[in-house]
Amino acid sequence: MAKEVYSKYPLIKYLRKEALPTALCPGCGGGTVLNAFANAVDGLKIDPRELVVVSGIGCSAWIASPYFLADTLHTTHGRAIAFATGVKVGLPDKKVVVISGDGDLAGIGGNHLIHAARRNVDITVILVNNFIYGMTGGQVAPTTPFGAITTTTPYRNIEHPLQISETVAAAGASYVARWTTAHVYQLIESIKKALTVKGFSLVEVISQCPVQFGRRNRMKEPAEMLRWFLRNSVPLSKAKKMKPEELEGKFVIGEFVNRERPEFTDELNKLIDEVQEHFGLKGE
Amino acid sequence: MIIRGDEPGQIRLIRKLYKPGNYFMQGDEAVSYGAIFAGCRFYAGYPITPASEIAETMARELPKVSGYYIQMEDEIGSIAAVVGASWTGLKSMTATSGPGFSLMQENLGYAIMTETPLVLVDVQRSGPSTGQATKGAQGDFFQARWGTHGDHPIIAVSPTSGQDAFWETIRAFNIAEKLRTPVVMLFDGVLAHTRELVRIPDIEEVEIAYRKLPANEEEAKLPFGDPHGDGVPPMPLFGHGYFTHVTGSTHKGDGLRDVYTPEVHDKLVRRLHRKIEQNKSVYEKYEEHFSDDAEILVVSWGVTARPALGAVLKAREEGIKVGLFVPKTVHPFPGERMRELGKRVRAILVPEMNLGQMILEVERYVNDDVVLKGVNKIGGVPLTVEEILREIRGVA
Repeated sequence: MAKEVYSKYPLIKYLRKEALPTALCPGCGGGTVLNAFANAVDGLKIDPRELVVVSGIGCSAWIASPYFLADTLHTTHGRAIAFATGVKVGLPDKKVVVISGDGDLAGIGGNHLIHAARRNVDITVILVNNFIYGMTGGQVAPTTPFGAITTTTPYRNIEHPLQISETVAAAGASYVARWTTAHVYQLIESIKKALTVKGFSLVEVISQCPVQFGRRNRMKEPAEMLRWFLRNSVPLSKAKKMKPEELEGKFVIGEFVNRERPEFTDELNKLIDEVQEHFGLKGE
Repeated sequence: MIIRGDEPGQIRLIRKLYKPGNYFMQGDEAVSYGAIFAGCRFYAGYPITPASEIAETMARELPKVSGYYIQMEDEIGSIAAVVGASWTGLKSMTATSGPGFSLMQENLGYAIMTETPLVLVDVQRSGPSTGQATKGAQGDFFQARWGTHGDHPIIAVSPTSGQDAFWETIRAFNIAEKLRTPVVMLFDGVLAHTRELVRIPDIEEVEIAYRKLPANEEEAKLPFGDPHGDGVPPMPLFGHGYFTHVTGSTHKGDGLRDVYTPEVHDKLVRRLHRKIEQNKSVYEKYEEHFSDDAEILVVSWGVTARPALGAVLKAREEGIKVGLFVPKTVHPFPGERMRELGKRVRAILVPEMNLGQMILEVERYVNDDVVLKGVNKIGGVPLTVEEILREIRGVA
């Protein structure tokens, strides 16, 4: 059955067929993200040989490795961006993409996320934010909404979530956008922009985990979670006029920044040129 | 950019930059020049005493040879970037000290599992914890061996002087390239900061090894197979259209994850061990002094091998039949040779700047009837010739 479905998928050429069907649960937002990414790559006519996709640990890290057919580096928990930095320096002409989850990239790997944005290294990060550590069984994450029930906050979550897009924009990224899996077309367009922008780009995707998050928070059905996203999404232009109390529990969607800033690997290669010029090593 | 395929250009560049001759330099600098001669063109690190001079030297020298220096946000990110760069074909390294080495352990395991060549220099300092941050020690012998989790082989080399550090760094890179594996170099804070004479050779004197690349599409499809029977698969680098899949999870020869089939895990992890075991000639190295007629043997490593040699020479002047055995590759330990030597002597002394670490390896290979004694000193000050000589006289 699964094989039949995949054979009808128009973008199947971008997937590793031998790795299918995916291990993602029914109703998971991961498939939407994979589809959006494949659509963006297809829309931009990027040869997948020009891509290196890096991921960390967790359900969202599996979205691209192994399922997306490119060079794929499935790394340790939280470190995907640091691995990707080394890849990008070695292959400055390739497009280096990180697809991983909120716990991975913003929890254990938060330091690398902030510093890659500060460095403005030309990596595209697609951060799938499902508010939960899904693979390990639904524990609270640094992104879990205040008051939510998880296996390690069985009474209620007393912490407030990290605003990932706002943090990365403040740290210096060239491009930052946030959408939900209920905003697929906007998501595809933003991934396209992120892949095109020179510099660090982040597309945060609010995504549903009905099994580990929704089930414990009165949204057992995936569709209920998507409706929750739509009901609570606030466009950035509107959010700017709202008070912080009014924004509690809302998802601010849209493009946070899209700007030109000097890019790290460009600067690194420029520096090498300057040094070689200075020491009379040019043409050696 | 990489040295491979551009040897003439790189040789001209190195000759122009580094004139052969004797230089007065720190051990940390000798490591850096060794790395550059070996073809290292990517360094990612994080400042830590007493390894910072390696980062500083690499930051200054790498751009001259079209190499990349990056300072990362921590040691975990440093070794991660090194692994990433290595998959693009750059010979890559990082350097740190005990606390940073502890942080790197998870990704060192990743490099072992994904068969990523790299060099990790641990400039050992006095621990545990922050300990005596500026003082040398030899307390990381087993952190190098068993610091990362799970069954794994590891290769670790340990130089005994600034000059030796230059050559051992090159050897570490060559082993890493030949066996597609990370290599640890156990250096120490004493040698790192000691300034002494180091001869920089002509680049032609240096053997430079390169990792195997896939000879054809078929080999490229098996990045974790064993097409040549030597346990070392060719490395299908990123950016060549091979669609290589690399994971630290248990994987089949084609790189795809299979974490459920016991045989897949068994086959992979046993091959990783076999790769090291069956290629001993690539890495095994030790030095011997007066071992032929020795009745007493001193076994030492790294910085301590130097006062140990001084003590052996003085004891010989006194007519004591004592020899010296210095493993230069400390992991895997040269056990076979140790066993042979152990049969010939009645006493073995193991001086080291810790409370007894390498001595546990020695113990595995010698019989109970041999007197085995550690000569141990901690506190950040190296053992002296006198201190070791006193112990030799004690068993003579």
